[in-house]
Amino acid sequence: MNFPILSAIIFIPLIGAIFVLLTRGNLKNTEKNSKYVAIFSTLVNFFLSVYLWYLFDTTTSDFQFIEEREWINGFINFQLGIDGISILFILLTTFIAPICVFSGISSIKFKIKEFLIAILLMETLMLGVFCSLDLVIFYLFFEGGLIPMFLIIGIWGGPNRVYSAFKFFLFTLLGSVLMLIAIISIYWITGTTDVIKLLDLRIPQEYQYLLWLAFFSSFAVKMPMWPVHTWLPDAHVEAPTPGSVILAAILLKMAGYGFIRFSLGLFPVASDYFTYLIFTLSVIAIIYTSLVALMQDDMKKLIAYSSVAHMGFVTIGIFSLTKQGLEGSIIQMISHGFISAALFLCVGVLYDRFQSRMISSYGGLVHVMPKYALIFMIFSLAALGLPGTSGFVGEFLILVGVFQVSIIVAVLASLGIILAAAYMLWLYRRVVFGRVTNSDLKNMKDLNKTELYIFSSLVILVIFFGFYPDPLFKTVDISVNNLIENYQINLNYHLVQKGN
Amino acid sequence: MEYAIVLLPLISSIISGFFGKKIGDKYCLLLASTLVGISAILSLIIFYKVLTEGYFVNSLFFNWISSGNFNVNWSIYIDPLTSVMLVVVTLISTIIHFYSIGYMSHDPHKPRFIAYLSLFTFAMLTLVTADNFLQLFFGWEGVGLCSYLLIGFWYRKPSANAAAIKAFLVNRVGDFGFAIGIFLIFFFYGTVNYDEVFQQTPLLIQKEIIFLGIEFNLITLICLLLFIGAMGKSAQIFLHTWLPDAMEGPTPVSALIHAATMVTAGVFLVIRCSPIFEYSQIALNVVTVVGMSTAFFAATIALVQNDIKKIVAYSTCSQLGYMFLAAGIGAYNVAIFHLFTHAFFKALLFLGSGCVIHSFHEKQDIRLMGGVWKKIPYTYALMIIGTLALTGFPLLSGYYSKDAIIEFAYLKNNAIGYYGASVGIFTALLTSIYSWRLIFKTFHGKYNNKESNLNSIKESPLIMLIPSCLLAIGAIFAGFAFKEIFIGSNSTEFWGSSILFLNAIQNNHPPLWFISITPVIVIMSIPFSYYLFVKNEKIINNFIDKNQFLYNFLLKKWYFDELYNFIFVEPVKKIGLFFWRKGDINTIDRYGPDGLSKIIKNISDKAVSFQSGHLYHYAFVMLVGLSILLTYLILY
Repeated sequence: MNFPILSAIIFIPLIGAIFVLLTRGNLKNTEKNSKYVAIFSTLVNFFLSVYLWYLFDTTTSDFQFIEEREWINGFINFQLGIDGISILFILLTTFIAPICVFSGISSIKFKIKEFLIAILLMETLMLGVFCSLDLVIFYLFFEGGLIPMFLIIGIWGGPNRVYSAFKFFLFTLLGSVLMLIAIISIYWITGTTDVIKLLDLRIPQEYQYLLWLAFFSSFAVKMPMWPVHTWLPDAHVEAPTPGSVILAAILLKMAGYGFIRFSLGLFPVASDYFTYLIFTLSVIAIIYTSLVALMQDDMKKLIAYSSVAHMGFVTIGIFSLTKQGLEGSIIQMISHGFISAALFLCVGVLYDRFQSRMISSYGGLVHVMPKYALIFMIFSLAALGLPGTSGFVGEFLILVGVFQVSIIVAVLASLGIILAAAYMLWLYRRVVFGRVTNSDLKNMKDLNKTELYIFSSLVILVIFFGFYPDPLFKTVDISVNNLIENYQINLNYHLVQKGN
Repeated sequence: MEYAIVLLPLISSIISGFFGKKIGDKYCLLLASTLVGISAILSLIIFYKVLTEGYFVNSLFFNWISSGNFNVNWSIYIDPLTSVMLVVVTLISTIIHFYSIGYMSHDPHKPRFIAYLSLFTFAMLTLVTADNFLQLFFGWEGVGLCSYLLIGFWYRKPSANAAAIKAFLVNRVGDFGFAIGIFLIFFFYGTVNYDEVFQQTPLLIQKEIIFLGIEFNLITLICLLLFIGAMGKSAQIFLHTWLPDAMEGPTPVSALIHAATMVTAGVFLVIRCSPIFEYSQIALNVVTVVGMSTAFFAATIALVQNDIKKIVAYSTCSQLGYMFLAAGIGAYNVAIFHLFTHAFFKALLFLGSGCVIHSFHEKQDIRLMGGVWKKIPYTYALMIIGTLALTGFPLLSGYYSKDAIIEFAYLKNNAIGYYGASVGIFTALLTSIYSWRLIFKTFHGKYNNKESNLNSIKESPLIMLIPSCLLAIGAIFAGFAFKEIFIGSNSTEFWGSSILFLNAIQNNHPPLWFISITPVIVIMSIPFSYYLFVKNEKIINNFIDKNQFLYNFLLKKWYFDELYNFIFVEPVKKIGLFFWRKGDINTIDRYGPDGLSKIIKNISDKAVSFQSGHLYHYAFVMLVGLSILLTYLILY
C-alpha cells in the first residue's frame, strides 16, 4: 500500500496537538515550545498538501488517494479520498491554519497552549470533512468541529462570549441532529454509508425530499443562509481574531462543500425540486444582509453580515447547476476564504492595538498606519468584487451561470454588487480616511513584520487568482463536469421512472 | 510594442507606488512621466502605421477565465478605433504627468499621486485595447477605482471622501446594467469576444425575449443595458451627479480623468459596439435623446455655477452629450472626432483653470476673481484658446467637430435628426455664454478678492505652462489637421471594419444658411457676453431677482442630489436599520434561539418548583396520584 498521504495530512495537526499537550516545564518554556510545535506542524501540513496538489491527477474525475480501513466491522469503513473539488478546500484549510496560529500567538493573552491545541484539533477535523468518503465519518468530522469552535468562542471570546457560544451551538446542533437522522435512514434504505457507492446507487425519489431537507437544515445553518444566519454575527463579534478567521474562511465552506458533494450528488431529484427555495433564500440573504451590513457600527458584525451575502452568491451558484455557476461558487468560496480571513485579521490588528471594534472609535488611520491602510484597501476592494481580484472571478462566473437558469435571480443578486461597494467603501472611509479625530490613535503602530508577511501572502493570492485563476479551474474542471453529468443522468433516470 | 504601450504605465505605477520614497520624489515623478511618455511615442507610431499601412493586431496575452464555454483572454486588439484612443489616452496622460510635477510640487504625497495616475493610464489602456467585453469591464472598473482613489486623494477633506464614494457608487449602478448586458450577450451568443459577437449579431435581429416580465427585442435590450453602463461612466443625465462632485480631486486629475479620457469611455463603448447598435433603431434613438438632453441640461446648469471647475465639469457633461448625440444618429466617426478634439481643449481648459487656481492660492470661486488678465497673461491666453475651441469658433478644433455633429444631425433628415440639430445649436449658444462668462468673470472686470493682494497673483511655473501650451496647439490644430481622416469623404476607408455604418454617411452638405447659423451665433455671443458680464451686470442681477425660482433651480443643479437622497440614500439606510432591528433581533432571534431557550428555561423553572423539598408536597402529589389510579381501577 502507498504512503497514506491523506491520513497524514489529517492527523499531523492532531499529533502536533498531542505534543503541545505533553509540553512540560515552566510557563514560559511551555508556551514557547507549544508555539514552535504548532507553527511547525501547520507549516509541514501546508507543504504536504501542496505536494498533494502536485501529485494530484487532473485528468480523471475519479476519487484519488483512496484509503480504506475497516472501523466498525461490517458497518462503517474509515474511507478517505479526494477529487478536484475537495483538494482546493484542503489547500485552503492548510493555508489558513498557520495564519491562525501566527495570529493566535500575537493576539491571545492567556492559556495559549490550550488555544493552540484547539486550533490544531480544529484543523484536523476540518481536513477530515473534506477528505471523508463515508457519511458517518463525514458527520463525525463535521460536527466534531463544533466543539473546539465552541471552546474557542466560549473561553477566549469577548465579554458576551457565553451567549454567543451557546447561540452558535444551539443553531448548528439543531440542524445537525436532523442530518444524523437522515444518515441513519440512508443506511436503512440502502445498506451502506459509503459515498462512492451511494453516488452510483440511486436513492428512491420518494425518500429524497425529506433526506434533502434534513441535510439542508444542517448545511443552511452552517452556510449560513437566511433566516438562520443570526448566530454568525454574534459568534464573530465575540470570537477572538483567529477564531473568526477559521469560522469565516473554512467553517462556512464546509456547508458549501456539503451541498456540492451530498445534496447534489445523492439527491438530484430533490435538489432540482428545491432549486427555487434555495434561490429565494439566497437572494433574500444577499439583499437583506447587505442592507443590514450597511448600518452596522461594529466592524466585525459588518464583515460577518457581508459574509452571509457572499455565501448567498455561493448557494445560488451551486444550485444553478451550470458549469460556470458551480465553478464560480467553488472559486468564490476559496477566494472568500482569503478575503474574509484577511478582513477579520485587519479588524484584529486594530483590536489588538486599541481594544475596540466600533467604527466610530477610529478615523484617519491612514495618517498613522499607511501600510495598514493599503492592505485594508486591497481587501475591501476584493470584497466588493473589483475585477483583478479573485472575488470578481467567482462572483461574475456565478452570475453568468445563474443568468442561464433564471434572469430575475441573476438581476436581483447583481444588486448585491452595488450594495457591497456601498458598505465596504463606507466602512473604509470611516475607519481609514478623514482626520485623526481620536487623539489616542496617534500612537497606533503600523503593521509589524509578521503581520506584513501574513497579509502579503494573502494579497498575492487574491491578486494572482484575480488575474490568473487558471490553476483553480484546471483542478476542478473534470470533477465539476463529472458532477454535472452524473446529476443529469441521475435526474433523467428518475424522470423516466416517474414516467413509467 | 503593443505590450510596451500597455505595460509601461503599470511598471511606472508599481515603481512610484512601492519604491517612490526610496528613489526620491523628483526622480520618481520624472521616471513615471518618461515611461508614460515612451508609451505615448509608441502609440503615435502605431497610429501612424494604422493610418498608412492599415496595421492590425489581435494578440492574446494569456488565459484569464475559462469555465466550460466561457473563455476569456487577456489580449491586445488594435484597430483604427483603438489606435485613436491610444493616442488620446497616452498623449494627454503624458502631458498631465508633466504638469503634475508642477501642480503637486507642495504636496507631500507626490509618489502616491503619480502612482495612481499611471495606474489609471494602465487601466484605461486595457479598456481600449480589449478584444472582449470582460477585459473591457476590467478596464472599466479599473478606471473607476483610480478615479475613486484620485478624487479622494486629499483624504483629510470629508467632502473629497464623500465625492469619491459617490463616484464609485453611481458608476456601479451603471456597471450593474453593463454587467447584465454582458450576461445577456454570453447567454445568447455563447461568447464575449467582440469579433464573434459582432459577426453573429445580424442573425439575432429578430429574436424577442422576455426580460423581467417585459418583452424586448434582444439586440435592443443588450444595447440599452450597455448604454446604462456608458451613461454611468460618461455622466449622462440621471447618472451624472458624481461628475461635478468629482472636482474635489486635484485639477490634473479632473483634466485627465474627468474630461479627456475616462468619461469618454462610455462614448467609446457605444462606438465600439456600433455593429450591435446599428441593428437597433430604438436603442440609437434612446442614445440620441439622452445625449441631447444631457447636452442641454448640463449647459443650463453651467450658466449659473460659481466654482470655476464645476463650470468646466458641467461643460464636459454637456459635450459628452454631444458625442452621444452624434453616435445616436449613426455618425460614430463624428462622435470619436469630437471625443478627440474635446480631449485637447477640455484638458486645456482644466489645466488653465488649474493655473488660475494656483495663482489665486487655491481659490476656485469666480466671484472672487476678476481683472487679472494682465497679471497672468499666459494663463489668460491659454484659457482664451481653450474657450474659443470649446465654443466652436471658426477654424479652431471645436468648430470642425461640433458643427459636424449638428450638420450630420440635420442631414439625418428625420424628426429626431432635426430635433437634435436644433437642440445642438441652442446648446452651442448656451456653451458660448457660460464659457465667456467664466472668462470675463475670472480675468476681466474688477478685482474682487479681498483676502489676497492683487500683487500676490503670479503666473504659474513653466512646468505647468509648457504642457498646457502643447494642449493649446492640439486645441487649435487638431480639428483642421484630422478632419479629412476622421470625417472626410474617404474616412470610411480609415475606419475600416472598426465601425459599422449600415446607412452610409452622406457626403453632401446642408444648405449654406444652416451651416452658418452656429458660427454666427458663436461669434455674436462674445460681445454679447462681454456686455452682460462686464459692462452692465445690472441686467443679469435684475433678471436673477425676478426669476429666483429658475435661478435656484439651476444653481441647485435641478435638485438631482436632493431627489436621489430622498428616493435612494435615506430609504436604503432606513430599510437596512429596519431589517437589522426588526428582522434579525426582534423576529428571528426573539422567536428563534432566544425564544427557544426562554421556553426551556420556563419549563425547567416549573419543573424545579415540583422539587420543593417539603415532605408534605411529595405526600400530597402521591396522594393525588394514588387516588387517580384508584379511580381508574374502580371505574374501568
